[in-house]
Order: sequence, then structure tokens, then C-alpha cells
Amino acid sequence: MKHSRLPQIITILVLVFFYLPIIVLVINSFNASRFGGTWEGFSLKWYDRLFHQRDIWFALRNTLVIAVGATVVSAVLGTTAAFALHRFSTRLQRAHYTLIYTPLVVPDILMGMSLLLFFVASGIKLGLFTIFLAHTTFCISYVAMVVLARLQDFDFSVIEAAQDLGAGWWTTTTRVLLPLLAPGIAAGALLAFTLSIDDFVISFFVAGPGSTTLPIRIYSMIKHGSPPLINALSTILLVVTFTAVAISQRLTKEKT
Amino acid sequence: MKVNRKRKLHEWFITLPSFSWLTVLFVIPTLIIFVITFKPSDPYGGIGDGWTLNTLISLGNPNYPAIIWRTLWLSVVTTLVSILLAVPMGYFMARVSAKWQQLLLLLVVVPFWTSFLVRIFAWKVLLHPEGPLKQLLVLLSLATPDTSLLYNSGAILLVLVYTYLPFAILPIYAAAEKFDFRLIEAARDLGAHQLRAFFSIFLPGIRRGLLTAILVVFIPALGSYVIPDIVGGPHSEMIGNKIAQRTFVDRNLPHASGLSAFLTLAVLAPLAAVLMLQKKKGPAGGPLIEEDA
Repeated sequence: MKHSRLPQIITILVLVFFYLPIIVLVINSFNASRFGGTWEGFSLKWYDRLFHQRDIWFALRNTLVIAVGATVVSAVLGTTAAFALHRFSTRLQRAHYTLIYTPLVVPDILMGMSLLLFFVASGIKLGLFTIFLAHTTFCISYVAMVVLARLQDFDFSVIEAAQDLGAGWWTTTTRVLLPLLAPGIAAGALLAFTLSIDDFVISFFVAGPGSTTLPIRIYSMIKHGSPPLINALSTILLVVTFTAVAISQRLTKEKT
Repeated sequence: MKVNRKRKLHEWFITLPSFSWLTVLFVIPTLIIFVITFKPSDPYGGIGDGWTLNTLISLGNPNYPAIIWRTLWLSVVTTLVSILLAVPMGYFMARVSAKWQQLLLLLVVVPFWTSFLVRIFAWKVLLHPEGPLKQLLVLLSLATPDTSLLYNSGAILLVLVYTYLPFAILPIYAAAEKFDFRLIEAARDLGAHQLRAFFSIFLPGIRRGLLTAILVVFIPALGSYVIPDIVGGPHSEMIGNKIAQRTFVDRNLPHASGLSAFLTLAVLAPLAAVLMLQKKKGPAGGPLIEEDA
């Protein structure tokens, strides 16, 4: 049996390609050199300087406020949407499904631009609230997809058992279905949270004065600021997202 | 009859929240793009009253064909390169043991969970004239000190592939994982060459995954804006840059709207094509995008 080694070699090279820039960035965040071309010794000075930037803390606060709001609302709407899609197979649900998945493929810039035009045309003042509305809009689709995938391998005989024992619709939903689906909903919510924290393009279009989010701040630092500070900030963000991924992996595993 | 009505009511009760939210904040805004294309701009950066064809006429701007052409070829090449890398990788991932599959999947997903801006910035640092890659290339005399690795179409292409490759790997892996590899063995036993088995058995077998992969790389690539903005230069703009420039620099919303309308149509074309192809084969109403958790 002769197997080509090519797929394996490509896989290894792609993984190196994926991680190389990230590793260089993390190393450079501890580099005393300003341009990062050469190693001038280990230093935490960029982290120290970062912690003294007040506007970054302000941007972080905005980001978290938006992310929490968008996560809560999209978790509720995405879950109800998934229930509807799973339970009924009517014409309405076919339209509903199209409505849920199209935002997943539309480029960010079109979503940002269309929402900007919508807010300007309807006279809604741009700011934190418009960013919250925009984020909730794209998060609903992701939550719905994750929860729907969970529902597809959900054992519905548990529900029937509850109903046979005399539980009503409300009791079955709140006491049986939701607790069992909690890990799936939590995984969807976590995805929504990270997507909201990470979004730049859509936020940039619908942001107003005073509603700078962390990605918007990072963008202006990339454009005009000092690279080592971004290295340090990026490293912190990497640690945070890696932790989030680890937690969500745990949640995913619990069910299986 | 009564049960039926109750069922209908229940359906509406859980459909209405998401349905109305997305209608107001997704469908209507998308339609507005087309309406505002025919509106005049006002001097304060807003939208004026009345109707005009000015935007449509100014889309004939001689600079646009070059930008549209560049956007198109960059997106096509990005898709091709991503597929060429993702197919062997998906194949390999589907053939290793379950434990390795889990690990490889995680390794593919993690960079795609890290901040989008951070990843682009990491490449800017790497490709920077003072950066490590340039120094290495000069040292190996593969580049002269004044070659620029940044601010050109090549840099955009590299970062586009870097950003969208995971999106191609996931659906291809998902399809390959369901593929019955005994079919390849059977073909080989019947005397088919390794490559022949790969092209006429494996590739058709993962067709659905391939189509999804093409879609989820090509469409976002067409609309990319941040990547050409950060690693591209003034001579390598894409449509996304123009939309942003009209919005934030010129403050001409109707013009930005016209360009967005054009991009929307450009995005809908491949989407409709793939949906048609998917409808012909495979289970109707199956998910277009297979989410992997």
C-alpha cells in the first residue's frame, strides 16, 4: 500500500503558515526593540505602557457592554429561531431559514453599509445602541445554527416521556428541554460573544462619536500608532480568546 | 382543527421574534442600498431629497473597471489557492485517527477564533521592511534591500488566503469525513491509478463540501476591505476600499450606496448559482453551511 505523503506535508506547512505570524507577534510583544526586527532583550515595558492608556480601557468597556447586550438578545432570538426551524417544516420556516443563513454569507462591508444607510435614513443616532443592534443581527444567525445542530441530535423521547407524565408545554420547555440544551445554547452564546468582541468592519460603519470599540481603537493604532503596543494588546487578546475556546471545547464535550 | 390552530399559534410565537428582527435590520437595510443609489447626496454628508441618476452615471468612472477587475482576480485566485490547499488537508484530516482529527480540527479553528485585525497586523509586522521575513529573504539573497513585501497585490493575496483558508478547510473536512474511503480502495483494486481514483472518486464524493468552501471563501474575499486597507497600497485598491472611501472620506453616501448595490449583485450571482447546483443534487433544504463544533 503506497500512500502519497503530499497531503501530510501540505497539512504541516499550512499549520506552520497559520501559526507563524501569531508566534512572531507574541514574541515581539516582549521585545524591548521598537521595530521588532532584532531582539533587544526581554521587556514588559509595552504591557506597562498599555495599561496606562486610558482610552483603551474606555474602548474595552464599550466593547464589553455591546458584547453582553448582543449576546443576551441573540441567544434568546437565536434559540427560539432554532426551535421553530427544527419543529416545523412549513413554507414560513423555509423563508425563515433563508433569512437566518443569508447574513452568514453576506460580506461584512455590505452589512455595515446597509445598516449605516438604514440608520441614517431612519434618523437613528449612531452610537453604542446602533452597534448593539448591528451585532445582535449577525449573532442571531450564528446562535441559531449552533443550537439547530444540537437539536438535530437531541433525543426527543425525553420530551415525550415528560408529556406522558402530564407535564404541559411550558413545564416541558423550561424544566426539561432548556436544561438539556443549556450547553448548546451556551456554546452558541459564547460564539456570539467572541464574534461581537472581534467585529471591526460592521462596528466601524455604524459607530458614532464616543462609541469607539476595542477593534476600532486597534485599527487606528495599526494605522497611526506604535506597533509594540499593538503586539502587547494582541497577545492579551490571544490569551483571552484561547481561554474562551478552551471553555467552549469543554461545553461541547460535556454533551457527547 | 383546534389543535391545528394552537400549533400555528405556537409556530408564530417562536418564529416572529427572529423573523421580524432580521426583516427590519437585514432585509430592509439591504433593499435600502438600492433605493439610496438613486438619491442625491446633501452637502452635510447625508441623503438629499428627490431622485437622481447621478450616482449611476458616476459609476462609469474610468478608474472603476481596473478596481473591479482587481477585486475579481484577487478573489478568484484566493479561492483557487485555498481550495488547492484545503482539499489535500481535508483528505489527510479525514484519514487520521479520531484523536488526531480532533487535534487538527482544533488547530485549524483556533486562529480563526483569534482577532481578525490582530492576524492582519501580525502579517504587516512579518512583511514589514524592518521585519524578520524581509531580512531572511535578503540574507538568502532572494530579495534585494529595496524589494517591498508590503503594500501590493501580492501581500493582499497572501493575507486573503491566510484569513479565508480555515473557512475552506472546515466544509471540505466535514465532507471528507463522511466519505467512504473504501470506494477509493475499490477503484485502486480495479486498477485505477492513485490520481485517477482521487479525481474521479474522491472529488465528486465531496462535491457539496467543495461548493460550500468555494462560496465561503469567494464571497467574503469579494467584499474584503480591511486586508487591502492595511497590507495593500494606493495602487492595489479593491471595491471594499472604494465603498469605505466614499463613506468616510468623501462623505457621499449615495455613491457608496451605488458601489454597494453593485457588490451585492456580484455576491448574489455565485450564491444563486451554488444554491441551484445544491438543489439539483443532495437533500432539499439541507444546510448550506455546515457548522462544525
